[in-house]
Amino acid sequence: MTISDIAKKIDGRIVCSEEKSTEEVEYAFSSDLMSDVLKVDRENVLLITGLANLQAIRTSEMSEINCIVFARDKKINGDIIKLAEETGIVLIESPFSVFRISGELYSAGIKPLF
Amino acid sequence: MQYRYKIAGGDFSNAGSVASSVKKILRQLNISHSVSKRIVIALYEGEVNIVAHAYSGIADVEIDSEKIRIVLTDKGPGIPDIPKAMEEGFSTASPQVREMGFGAGMGLSNMKKNSDTMNITSETGKGTVVELINYFSTDVR
Repeated sequence: MTISDIAKKIDGRIVCSEEKSTEEVEYAFSSDLMSDVLKVDRENVLLITGLANLQAIRTSEMSEINCIVFARDKKINGDIIKLAEETGIVLIESPFSVFRISGELYSAGIKPLF
Repeated sequence: MQYRYKIAGGDFSNAGSVASSVKKILRQLNISHSVSKRIVIALYEGEVNIVAHAYSGIADVEIDSEKIRIVLTDKGPGIPDIPKAMEEGFSTASPQVREMGFGAGMGLSNMKKNSDTMNITSETGKGTVVELINYFSTDVR
């Protein structure tokens, strides 16, 4: 499923790096704990989180995650957007909870990591 | 090649900038994604540890044709019981560190998992030195 289709499924708004929204996502991982995210060892993974800070971007950069969904309408500030653009990571804001986003994407065929 | 980076304790906005710089260098050297990912994750966890626990630190990075050696030296409270600190789930992190998404007591074990060699020495009240070595080819590990 493309990042753009994922955004539509979760009433999401793509905030930056929109040029990459045609890229495919195969897996998703929901976590607010960045040390857990750093254990992700696959590609084409989407991160679903409520942690709207710079560390979510840095962690995704190190883990080769190319798209992050911020749940519960968490507002993303300019520094976060700037770092995501520099590192080529697509950010999506969604009004849904982590649980609902995970459920919607699982039903749509996005696979879990574990 | 040798590089030296300064890391400021408590500066969460820059935590990860050293790992990001090293990742770019490894890309330029055409080191494979799977190898460089392990290195930058170990370094990133180490960097977060310095930001979270120490007053200041330095990352010395040496790269030759077969390996990367990173030495993280900090001035800080030190680690009184290293085996205890290596246990998953053990953490002395502040609530502020936890708000950043860390402090679950997985940093050191993640560093060990993502390095080929890891050595830690620490002196309580002075600081900690962590050496990480990763080989670029699996043949020489």
